Amino acid sequence: MELDLKKIKLRDVNDKLQNLDRKQNQRDFNIINPEGNHAICAGLTEEMNVTIKGHVGYYCAGMNQKAQITIDGNAGTGVAENMMSGRVHVKGNASQSAGATAHGGLLIIDGDASSRCGISMKGVDIVVKGSVGHMSGFMSQSGNLVVCGDAGEALGDSLYETNIYIKGNVKSLGADCVEKKMDKNHIKKLNKFLKEADIKNLKAENFKRYGSARKLYNFKVDNIGNY
Amino acid sequence: MCGIVGIYLKSKRFEGSLGNMLSDMLINMGSRGPDSAGFAIYKEDEEENFKYSLCLNGADYEKFKKEILNKITISKIEKNSDHVIMKSKDHPSVVIKVLNKNFKEISIVGYGKSIEIFKQVGEPKDVVKKFNLQSFSGTHGIGHTRMATESAITTDGSHPYSTGEDECLVHNGSLSNHNNLRRKLKKGGINFNSENDTEVAAGYISKNLSNKKSLNDTLKDGLKDLDGFYTFITGTRKGFAVLRDEIACKPAVIAETDDYVAIASEFQAMAHLPNVNNAKIFEPEPGVVYSWGN
Repeated sequence: MELDLKKIKLRDVNDKLQNLDRKQNQRDFNIINPEGNHAICAGLTEEMNVTIKGHVGYYCAGMNQKAQITIDGNAGTGVAENMMSGRVHVKGNASQSAGATAHGGLLIIDGDASSRCGISMKGVDIVVKGSVGHMSGFMSQSGNLVVCGDAGEALGDSLYETNIYIKGNVKSLGADCVEKKMDKNHIKKLNKFLKEADIKNLKAENFKRYGSARKLYNFKVDNIGNY
Repeated sequence: MCGIVGIYLKSKRFEGSLGNMLSDMLINMGSRGPDSAGFAIYKEDEEENFKYSLCLNGADYEKFKKEILNKITISKIEKNSDHVIMKSKDHPSVVIKVLNKNFKEISIVGYGKSIEIFKQVGEPKDVVKKFNLQSFSGTHGIGHTRMATESAITTDGSHPYSTGEDECLVHNGSLSNHNNLRRKLKKGGINFNSENDTEVAAGYISKNLSNKKSLNDTLKDGLKDLDGFYTFITGTRKGFAVLRDEIACKPAVIAETDDYVAIASEFQAMAHLPNVNNAKIFEPEPGVVYSWGN
């Protein structure tokens, strides 16, 4: 079913997708003329396929659960922020804070993601086929951030237990973020993400893994005097 | 918040519709800045006059016109709502002195061989209509929609700010060291008309450009000297430049085609531009100067 944002109000489009009419058994949607509008497909909770033809604004597919959403264009700030499950695929570039605070699901970005990609992520898996900007993975708690290009300054600053896999160069690591050993399990997991994102020309073995040195967030009895 | 927009035309094809393109961008960015709006349009004067953009601030236009004609040689004078565009071959050093001395209530919004500036309080859609922006033609233009933070909602507090010939600046963000910097620049001979932080950044740029620094170097030095959050668009006679601070919290997106370069705080402000869906669309990187035409 085609939903034209030039003809139907954004609020009505979101309302339709958030409250699917189950009698109609319609689960495939194309949204046309998004024209950079904000919060398109925010808060979807059911299984469905939505393709958005064009560029979207802020917080597209935010809070997504179960839905498979493809953006055939670029995405503004906070795409798939706080996603719980499902899959969001950006075919162009994503702006800052892609996948922010997301708990689950898979976010694939074919182009680059700018600063703070995966900030405070809490379990989502993010695969960026291009590069990510500065402060990516900032205070990220769990989940996986895979970057096939380069990473900007202060990667993984103050992170907790997220695994960050980078193929290219890292401009600098943030506080408490260190390179870690890749064991068989990591390679197996990374191969799974590469496959899910349809990446065939890269080998998991050529990525480097980064994670927390666990010096910043663990309570240490030696520091008791500071509290 | 605040919204900033700009268009630089690479080909002559759209010169006639520059105002039209810019007005839709400004109206769209009303969501980021409903308090006031303003724009600078660059169009070379065919007779090489200096153009002075003036705001009447309630002064009587006919009386002003009569009096100013006795004091300087004016090629053309035209009223547009509460603004006046005055063309003269007389040098700015003379004209500005005459204006400041004899017409205290009238403010000089900008001057140069190409620039015309209009700004006023009110919703962007109303400001655009008031000055009939759609009817303007030109080579490039810059606009701003304001959500006031650092100073009051007044005409003086609205952008663009112009502190030098054919220069202007619009800003999304806030500066934290503007009071100190204003004091320093005042000592160096730069005049300020408001308490606004952006005017200080405009003065900083003018001061450095007058010291023969290039726009590129001036903006790079700005990364050290201007403390705060910003995305700037700074206009010159030949084009414009864009700079984001190194933290880059304030958004910007650029769309470039063979015909134009457009910049806006959000993509939606550019969604109506011709062929934009086939444009090269990217975000300017933090701390990097981008410039066109300069």
